[in-house]
Amino acid sequence: MSIIYMLLAISVVVAIIFFVAFIVSVKKGQYDDVYTPSVRMLFDDELVKTDLKENQPVKKVKSN
Amino acid sequence: MESCFHCGEDCLDELIAYDKKSFCCSGCKTVFEILNSNDLSYYYDLEKTPGISPKLNEGKYDYLENTEILDKLLEFDHESTQIVSFSIPSIHCSSCIWILENLNKLNKGIKSSQVDFPKKTIRLSFSSEQISLKNLVILMARIGYEPNISLENFDKKEAGVDRSLIYKLGVAGFAFGNIMFLSFPEYFEINEFWLDQFKHLFRWLMFSFSLPVVFYSGKDYFISAYKGLRSGILNIDVPIALGIFVLFIRSTAEIALDLGTGFFDSLSGLVFFLLLGKFFQQKTYSFLSFERDYKSYFPIAITRVSSENEKTIEEQIQVYKIKKGDTVLIRNEELIPMDAEILEGKANIDYSFVTGEADLVKKTNGEKVYAGGRQKGNLIKLKVLKPVEQSYLTELWSNEVFQKDRLSGFQSLTNKISKNFTIAVLSIAVLATSFWLFVDPSIAWNVFTAVLIIACPCAIALAAPFTLGNLLRIFGKKGLYLKDASVIERMAAIDTVVFDKTGTITTTGQTTAVYEGLDLTEEELQMLGGSLKASSHPLSRSLYSILNNNGIQTPDSYKEYVGAGIECDFKGKRIRIGSAKFTGESDLMENAMGKTAVHINSNEQYKGCFSFKNTYRKGMSSLFKKLSKDKYLIILSGDNEGERDRLKSLLPIESGIHFNQKPGDKLEFIKQLQHGGRKVMMVGDGLNDAGALAQSEIGIAVSEDINVFSPACDGVMDASILSNFDDYFQLAKKGVGIIQTSFLLSLVYNVTGLVFAVTGNLLPVVAAILMPLSSISIVVFTTLATQFASRRLKI
Repeated sequence: MSIIYMLLAISVVVAIIFFVAFIVSVKKGQYDDVYTPSVRMLFDDELVKTDLKENQPVKKVKSN
Repeated sequence: MESCFHCGEDCLDELIAYDKKSFCCSGCKTVFEILNSNDLSYYYDLEKTPGISPKLNEGKYDYLENTEILDKLLEFDHESTQIVSFSIPSIHCSSCIWILENLNKLNKGIKSSQVDFPKKTIRLSFSSEQISLKNLVILMARIGYEPNISLENFDKKEAGVDRSLIYKLGVAGFAFGNIMFLSFPEYFEINEFWLDQFKHLFRWLMFSFSLPVVFYSGKDYFISAYKGLRSGILNIDVPIALGIFVLFIRSTAEIALDLGTGFFDSLSGLVFFLLLGKFFQQKTYSFLSFERDYKSYFPIAITRVSSENEKTIEEQIQVYKIKKGDTVLIRNEELIPMDAEILEGKANIDYSFVTGEADLVKKTNGEKVYAGGRQKGNLIKLKVLKPVEQSYLTELWSNEVFQKDRLSGFQSLTNKISKNFTIAVLSIAVLATSFWLFVDPSIAWNVFTAVLIIACPCAIALAAPFTLGNLLRIFGKKGLYLKDASVIERMAAIDTVVFDKTGTITTTGQTTAVYEGLDLTEEELQMLGGSLKASSHPLSRSLYSILNNNGIQTPDSYKEYVGAGIECDFKGKRIRIGSAKFTGESDLMENAMGKTAVHINSNEQYKGCFSFKNTYRKGMSSLFKKLSKDKYLIILSGDNEGERDRLKSLLPIESGIHFNQKPGDKLEFIKQLQHGGRKVMMVGDGLNDAGALAQSEIGIAVSEDINVFSPACDGVMDASILSNFDDYFQLAKKGVGIIQTSFLLSLVYNVTGLVFAVTGNLLPVVAAILMPLSSISIVVFTTLATQFASRRLKI
């Protein structure tokens, strides 16, 4: 049963790693603006090549 | 009617067809062209009519060439990398985010840009070798996203964001979860071999987890309790701090002496829930600022004229550098930031910003103009009499009300009951302990600590934050944005409401025009429409939009006489529109009426005049009736008495109306009311109300567009909900009732717990159940009750 010492140690260490990750992310300001990224991730980076004469999107070009 | 493809406004004045789409003005068309030719038309796919009609005045940004100002604005400046942040009030949808983050497609000099939507700011990184800041700003203004650069930017010190509450909450939550796991096995008191083997390890682990909770997360409670005690106040933090302290000491003693498992779970849970309440109460509207003063309105720079070696030099100079005696130029639509004397040019000054008076004030050579006025019309040359910080307007901010902490006089409900509560808890603890000292001294210590632990007023401390935090969110959703939760509590106590007139109970945009005089023929109306359309004078513009003629005639000739009126010829017929004198009516008449009016003269015959009236917002009369049931109402106006009768008819009889109130008078007026023992709420809109807003118990700024800046206040209200204002008062009162009910509820928990405590039977598992149960039930109760109350009021 002394394995429990190791398991405890591991569980505490894992918990602390995540906790530190949380603190660091707060410190870096990742939670300051929680709205814009939710909109930004939906953008496709698409530029619409428009031919003015026909006024029809000809093709969609991925810029990346 | 067609609406603009770019901005969605109705095409009132003109319709420009371009690329099979219609636009309301050439500005909107230009934006479309720019975006389309740069492959950015996805802007229009993302949202329907997302655009903002650009209002550009290119010369306005000349000051961005001044290196001193650049230094202040740039956050980072090294070789070919510059970083700058701007506030852009017109950001409003996802298309805005997309286009602003794709600015680099419009100009290669822009490296990257990032929008913070809730704050409505953009952070740009660019290379000044390829695009100067001035051109960058002009580029943004050209596509409708004009940054707001004011004197405030100049003084700005990078305000550090205070995230300590999140850290504290994180620590407490982390420890709470871990301690819960570790304490679980012992809840059942099974005498099992392995459990006995490991329980010491588990206990000491819990102890170490609780250390940061007590000494970091909970430290604010100790500090606040200490401060309260030192100034002789028993605030709610005193019993909380006592509870945390006793919990920690007793638990540590128990595990050190091997008496039991301690209350580390309850301890960390308590701190976690308390901090959660604090966090919930902190609802901030990051795009609003409640601390603005004149600096947010004043320009950062101004054109100074100086002569050197008989050459006149015009230069853009930082506003603070302007000294007495300097000569400055003010262009159309520019704000005058100092008191000055007119040297040249005719001034038409809009003081609505300062006095609330909507009419333009005419001034000529040698006359004085005051800071805060906006010039409408041609360029004027001014000699500075008093620099910015000593001007008539800015002196208002040296009044002591702007330094005062307005919460100082206010005692919250929670603090009101905490005094009695603390005394009661301490006496119960002492009584119970002395009883057990005689009966069974061995458990006296147990009883004493148990009472303090169980009486720790977690539920009481949570009642107000959750109720008020909830109401704050409900208000915010409807359009009343309050600065913090305490405003709601103060709102429930208000007995006097003071309204500003212009811009608050009247609309700023809409005016109606009433015609008095000889009847106009259809032909004359058409001529009038044509002449007005050609003029750019604000009165002509507004009269044109009010008349909204079906047919207009285009004039053959058009002549504008500055400060007088316009004269147009139509196939031999002549129409003159303008001041009374210009149209051949005596000046006496105009003054006697005391109104803003446009006079008409057709074929050398005086016809009559259109006089402008502000329209009152809808539902004002019924609002006043509802409010006057339990509140005293007063109207303060910076305007003249012209509207007295109309106002009287709107208001209940006993209310007061006062005219010709200057900003300082309004402040004094509120002070007088407060000396009479009244709790006053001021509802205003402009800078002219700033003093009164700061002096009153609660200052609410009414705004038609909440993105436009409002003066320092406790809350910003969307003008569209002003007619339902009464409901918000009702809801605030209901909120206070809910808090009181929650107090009763938590007392029941405390009494139940105390029964365990005084009989010496408080087991850790009982505390661990009772504490979260009381907290969670309070949270649930307040949430449901506030939701229910707001539903019933239908707001």
